[in-house]
Amino acid sequence: MEKKLLLGNEAVAQGLYEAGVKVISSYPGTPSTEITEAASKYDEMYSEWAPNEKVAFEVAIGASFGGARSFCAMKHVGLNVAADPLYTASYIGVNGGMVCAVADDPGMHSSQNEQDSRHHAIAAKVPMLEPSDSQEALDFTKIAYDLSERFDAPVLLRLSTRISHSRSLVAVSERQEKELKPYKRDVMKNVMMPAMARKAHAKVEDRNEDLSLWGDTEAFALGVNKEELFSDEIGVIAAGSTYVYAREALGEKASYLKLGMVNPLPKKAIVDFSKKVKTLYVIEELDDIIETHCIKLGVKVIGRRGIDDLKREVFSPLGEYNQSIIEKAVLGTEKECISLDCEIPARPPVLCPGCPHRGLYYALKGLDLYVSGDIGCYTLGAQAPLAMMDTCVCMGASVSALHGYNTARGKEAAKKSIAVIGDSTFIHSGITGLIDIVYNKGISTVIVLDNSITGMTGHQNNPLNGKTIKGDPTSAVDLEALAKAIGINRVRVVDPFDIAATKAAVSEELAAEEPSLVISRRSCALLKSVKHPKALVVDSEKCVGCKMCLKVGCPAISQKKQENGKTKAFIDPNQCLGCGVCTDTCKLGAIKTQEGGNN
Amino acid sequence: MKNINILIVGVGGQGTLLASKLMGKIYIDAGYDVKVSEVHGMSQRGGSVVTYVRAGEKVFSPVIDRGEADVMISFEALESARWLPYLKKDGVIISNTAQIDPMPVIMGNAQYPENILEKIAATGVSVISADALSLAEQAGSAKAVNIVLLGIAAKALELDKEECISAIRATVPQKTIEVNEKAFELGYNL
Repeated sequence: MEKKLLLGNEAVAQGLYEAGVKVISSYPGTPSTEITEAASKYDEMYSEWAPNEKVAFEVAIGASFGGARSFCAMKHVGLNVAADPLYTASYIGVNGGMVCAVADDPGMHSSQNEQDSRHHAIAAKVPMLEPSDSQEALDFTKIAYDLSERFDAPVLLRLSTRISHSRSLVAVSERQEKELKPYKRDVMKNVMMPAMARKAHAKVEDRNEDLSLWGDTEAFALGVNKEELFSDEIGVIAAGSTYVYAREALGEKASYLKLGMVNPLPKKAIVDFSKKVKTLYVIEELDDIIETHCIKLGVKVIGRRGIDDLKREVFSPLGEYNQSIIEKAVLGTEKECISLDCEIPARPPVLCPGCPHRGLYYALKGLDLYVSGDIGCYTLGAQAPLAMMDTCVCMGASVSALHGYNTARGKEAAKKSIAVIGDSTFIHSGITGLIDIVYNKGISTVIVLDNSITGMTGHQNNPLNGKTIKGDPTSAVDLEALAKAIGINRVRVVDPFDIAATKAAVSEELAAEEPSLVISRRSCALLKSVKHPKALVVDSEKCVGCKMCLKVGCPAISQKKQENGKTKAFIDPNQCLGCGVCTDTCKLGAIKTQEGGNN
Repeated sequence: MKNINILIVGVGGQGTLLASKLMGKIYIDAGYDVKVSEVHGMSQRGGSVVTYVRAGEKVFSPVIDRGEADVMISFEALESARWLPYLKKDGVIISNTAQIDPMPVIMGNAQYPENILEKIAATGVSVISADALSLAEQAGSAKAVNIVLLGIAAKALELDKEECISAIRATVPQKTIEVNEKAFELGYNL
């Protein structure tokens, strides 16, 4: 059998292929994005980027109604958006098998919160599987479809950053083509009104018990759950990434109950395992879900807290674990490490050189605005030196929260406040907030940062850029016409590299006593289709080292000591993309093109 | 072979991902179990990035923690210092001499430490430093910094040169093969 070194996400995509999945709809979100990117490379499966996770989930439900095996993927916070269809899909069940992958981000490598998606599985009462490496990501994906069809339930596949973004060896096999299941109208099953839902709820409760029993029995035969006995002193119950960390840290000094099915949890298997070891640990990142289950079963475990000293925190609910954390907590040993005796400056992520968002923020910096922010690359503008964001909550909140802020503080506040939202985020859930502003006679000014791509997640096409997931041409949303259609009279398009014009246009819109939409339009600097002028240079004769150019927060500009001891601006030719935003800061005209012109 | 832990660190956008993918492939082709852990998303935007490559008979964890790395391949001097605690006391660090100021230094809120690589060497770890950018430019592209460093690492790790080159050929885009091979040679023969 062929073996490949695949990301966990790529392995899920291969699992979808092998399981005969036909329809895939997702919204990008780190760390889940590469599942659907990889899936789109297989011609046998239809795949798409949906405008948001709720739409993606509903497309998958519809495809399941239609008899196909279907799939959607999202990050943890995306599942909140899709929670509405999830909870009722649980009652309805499936026709073709349906799986939704949800990727958590312990440690928040690229997220705004650290929520534990297992709570959604518990609350929606749906089965959830959790792989611990790429091979399991593939295998569990296929098993999830069998479970879905057998137990008549949508299945959640829980991933986390370290599983999604780690590569390990995977044995791949052929696709098993699945014929479409016949469609038959079944109102009692598929239309959820109170009379039907009452019956469905009872069915769901029974299903949950059946699934828990499956976790105690067949899950072991399939290797989804497994017991590894090495020691009768220490026992560890773990799932997903924490299993591999524990296995690495403790080796054969402990026995393991590895849970691949994390909802519903097995009962008998846990009680039996607890009798085989003297001290039992539950090791789980984020919330104490398995631990709570053990306590309900009357099984004494060390997890978040010790057994006898409940005040003693053993495992933290914060951040990502690793083998050292587990080694220290269980064995009490630590590895030696060396470090330098000097301050090491932080290196936070920044807007790229040539980024259009920098131009917009710099243009508006002097206007002393309240900036209602949103989720995307432009959130990086919150940091110094641009420091152009007051709030950031969730996808789309910039627009609706601005309306709330301005409603609370009145007309004068509305003239000193803006929302900034990216093109993809606007389509995701900004448009609804904008309709709220217009409908309720608000006068807020909203700026869409249209860079023709979904940027932060690594360049996905979206409904505004006229390209499908495969890069094929399709119709693009006409943002100007859309704004007019919902009742906005004042729609402006600006080029964020034209600092003066951008500032003037936004100032005019702020002054207007009606809602405005400003479209700050320029493509992401990292797009291959974007041609850049040559790197700019500093004329050291003219530069006096005043540091004004550093205020744009461009990683290509720094200060360097000259041979004569004076400190002057320096532009790194390997980083600069010649956007020219910095030239606006230099009153002495010291930043020039390589030909000597003023940009 | 005992498990080997390789830490690859740098600044988002420098090409650390390709280096880790290649390193993983080289060990797989040599018949080992491998795990590679990458960073995507927010931290690619010019932030400090780290990827882990682990190889051996059987690898469980995809991550490397403090005091566990046998080798660190660093694309930037300050990042060498930041991730130094992850290196074993008798570890080897292959560091680019390039210095890229992070935003707090650019803004004058922090100092870029002086003589970092000398300070690191004084702790007792082995330091192999090189101006990888100059070598990459010599090979034909500033973007080949990652392959130059990979070449230096391949020599230090006593990897089979031909196997490395065939992994590079199989992984990089067709039109960059020549430049990358040259970059590898320049690093390997340093």
